[in-house]
Amino acid sequence: MNRKTKRLYSIGGILLVIATAAGLTLTALSSSIAYFQSPTDLVKNHPGPSQRIRLGGLVEDGTVKREGGAHVTFRITDTVDSVPVTYTGILPDLFRAGQGVIAEGTLGPDSVFVADTVLAKHDEKYMPKEVVDDLKARGLWEDGKGLTKTPAGDKTVSASPVMQGAGS
Amino acid sequence: MIVEIGHYALILSLSVAIVQSILPLLGARRGDARLMETGTIAATGGFVLITIAFSALVTAHVTSDFSVLNVYQNSQSAKPLLYKITGVWGNHEGSMLLWVLILAFFGSLVALFGRDLPAALKANVLAVQAWILTAFLLFILLTSNPFTRLEPAPMDGQGLNPILQDIGLAIHPPLLYLGYVGFSIAFSFAVAALIDGRIDAAWARWVRPWTLIAWIFLTLGISMGSYWAYYELGWGGWWFWDPVENASFMPWLAGTALLHSALVMEKRAALKIWTILLAILTFSLSLLGTFLVRSGVLTSVHAFATDPTRGVFILCILCLFIGGALSLFAMRASSLEGGGLFAPISREGALVFNNLFLTTAAATVLVGTLYPLLLEVTIGKKISVGAPFFDLTFGPLMVPLLFAVPFGPLLGWKRGDLLGAGQRLYFAAGVALAALLVTLALTSGARILAAFGFALAFWLIAGSLTDLVLRAAFLKVGWRSGLSRLIGLPRSAFGTAFAHFGLGVTVLGIITVSSFQTENITTMAPGQTVDAGGYAITFEKIVPRAGPNYEEQGALFSVRQGGVEMTTLDTAKRFYPARQTSTTEAGIWTHWFSQLYLSLGDPSADKRSVVVRIWWKPLVTLIWIGGIFMAIGGAFSLADRRLRVGAPSRRRQAVPAAVRA
Repeated sequence: MNRKTKRLYSIGGILLVIATAAGLTLTALSSSIAYFQSPTDLVKNHPGPSQRIRLGGLVEDGTVKREGGAHVTFRITDTVDSVPVTYTGILPDLFRAGQGVIAEGTLGPDSVFVADTVLAKHDEKYMPKEVVDDLKARGLWEDGKGLTKTPAGDKTVSASPVMQGAGS
Repeated sequence: MIVEIGHYALILSLSVAIVQSILPLLGARRGDARLMETGTIAATGGFVLITIAFSALVTAHVTSDFSVLNVYQNSQSAKPLLYKITGVWGNHEGSMLLWVLILAFFGSLVALFGRDLPAALKANVLAVQAWILTAFLLFILLTSNPFTRLEPAPMDGQGLNPILQDIGLAIHPPLLYLGYVGFSIAFSFAVAALIDGRIDAAWARWVRPWTLIAWIFLTLGISMGSYWAYYELGWGGWWFWDPVENASFMPWLAGTALLHSALVMEKRAALKIWTILLAILTFSLSLLGTFLVRSGVLTSVHAFATDPTRGVFILCILCLFIGGALSLFAMRASSLEGGGLFAPISREGALVFNNLFLTTAAATVLVGTLYPLLLEVTIGKKISVGAPFFDLTFGPLMVPLLFAVPFGPLLGWKRGDLLGAGQRLYFAAGVALAALLVTLALTSGARILAAFGFALAFWLIAGSLTDLVLRAAFLKVGWRSGLSRLIGLPRSAFGTAFAHFGLGVTVLGIITVSSFQTENITTMAPGQTVDAGGYAITFEKIVPRAGPNYEEQGALFSVRQGGVEMTTLDTAKRFYPARQTSTTEAGIWTHWFSQLYLSLGDPSADKRSVVVRIWWKPLVTLIWIGGIFMAIGGAFSLADRRLRVGAPSRRRQAVPAAVRA
């Protein structure tokens, strides 16, 4: 093998590695990412059980039920629609009614969202950015004021310190 | 008054930095020694001024001066002293000041220890350092001033985010910044070389110690941060592929590649252009990390800032420096002459292989980190890229790299003998094979992936020690004279062996935890017992307690093995009234290298029982211990005679590069 062919092989090898990495990245980007959806999106689109979803919204008041062990059910709402969620595990410290949360998982065939992860950051001011942006875009949220419309049957949510701090 | 002195010192340091940006550069062009010397004075003076500013802010925090907005927002009089000090960098403004302090610190080190650098190179390096310093000082003074006063002064502050009230905050950010910002030296050297249009093997020898220092700190900072997140967040995970973690991991990957390519440049005067590019890219990734964390485009525990002007400002700095450096590179790179030739199978070839995989891996992490932002900006779709993405991309890229690691040090420069290296690795291969077979046998063939993972880890561990054993020639000359030969080996040989050994240890920890950890989530009432990892864990009682600025419900668990009490696990749910926030204090028991990890969830409706999450994490501590080994390896390399901190003296420059035994 002369020097030229050797160099050709080396460059070929390098390109192969880069191409493999690019291929892996593209595959991973199409298969293993989760899309953010609001309850309204979810009710409208009804994605299949293979699609991973990040469902973001507020925990609807009076819907959190702990059923034996670490099994919890609650509803996530964006004040327009709401979706029932089941989750097994320890909820984050700040999980409570009215708090903005993101649940990651899939929508089951019975229209119940099965979450494997529930996120609510460790900060009393924290409101997931996606949730705020989504509510803002639909005119349900104003900076500095929080929710402009209270979820049905609940007066305490927009008055709570959680909501007040979140927009500021 | 002290606050105003600090503020004034900070403004003064900006003007000094501006002077340092221009005069040494002019001096280097004109060959004026006195103008070039201004860089040394300015760099040292600037560091002193920023130290004064930083001390003023620390004083304001320690004395709880709530007339300073920054103190009011992030401190509280009841907070323990340690957290008052660490709280200085537990917020956006203060942490930027720490960033700049460390930048000035490194600049002054070059000024003081760089006496043997060629005067023009040193002047250029200090000028480039000053450009970065100027940009970030402007950023602080214009958008994130920590010295802003508040009128009237409130009675008490809002307190620090409870999650940050931990010893981890004292160590993690300073270490991480020493690493991040330390790469600025390599960047400045690269840009200075491009300005000069000249570069030689000696350049690599000057740059490598600085890169090593930064790399050591970054390695420790990342390991430390990972352990902190592990015990503090109570989720039992040690790496989340969170964008903020990636922000520190990308410079680490690029920096590791830079260390290795600088080696080739130093020894063989090859890969010059690539090394320069890598030095630029490494610090660019550090800047990108700063942008991601500080601009508030990401929501995370780390993102204190939500002010969009800050994000735009850092983005401008980012574009200016990365764009500027890369344009300069594009203009000048062709004028740099290439260096020594080598066969693909050689030490150089192995290091190129290393660089190829490390930079590609860094690129996949970059894509995974930026893709969600890109998608949101362009089509407004919100996605999250998490662990599954990185498992699929980063994971496969690491396998060939890790497999190749033991070969590298055994290959000769210029032209290596792969077969010979392979023969010398027989023992390591035997160990790996044994690990594979034992795992398969113990799990009755059910854990094939884990078995191969173990084989890889042991291959790395045994393989990295092979070089030392062979060079000491234990088998030929007996252990006694072998030992004396071992001690006589150059430190860099130990550096390589330790760092690669540490990598193997980390891989072993990762494989063991991800394959064999057990997780148990149950509701427990006092008196109940659960089994985990061969231990019986009994919920003893709940004890209410109060700390200086929190209240907590502690829960005590006893751990027994075969009826013998091993330890008591203390875990708690803490509530901080100042921030109306609660945190989970995980109970961790370390037994050898493994850990029992217990965290509390919510109490049940009747308040008698509580949700408990119990993990058995076999060999988990190896993940971080491996990181410490890597850092020790770096320290050994740094202590090597060839690479005294700063620069080798000019006398030694004259000696040919082939000092290495």
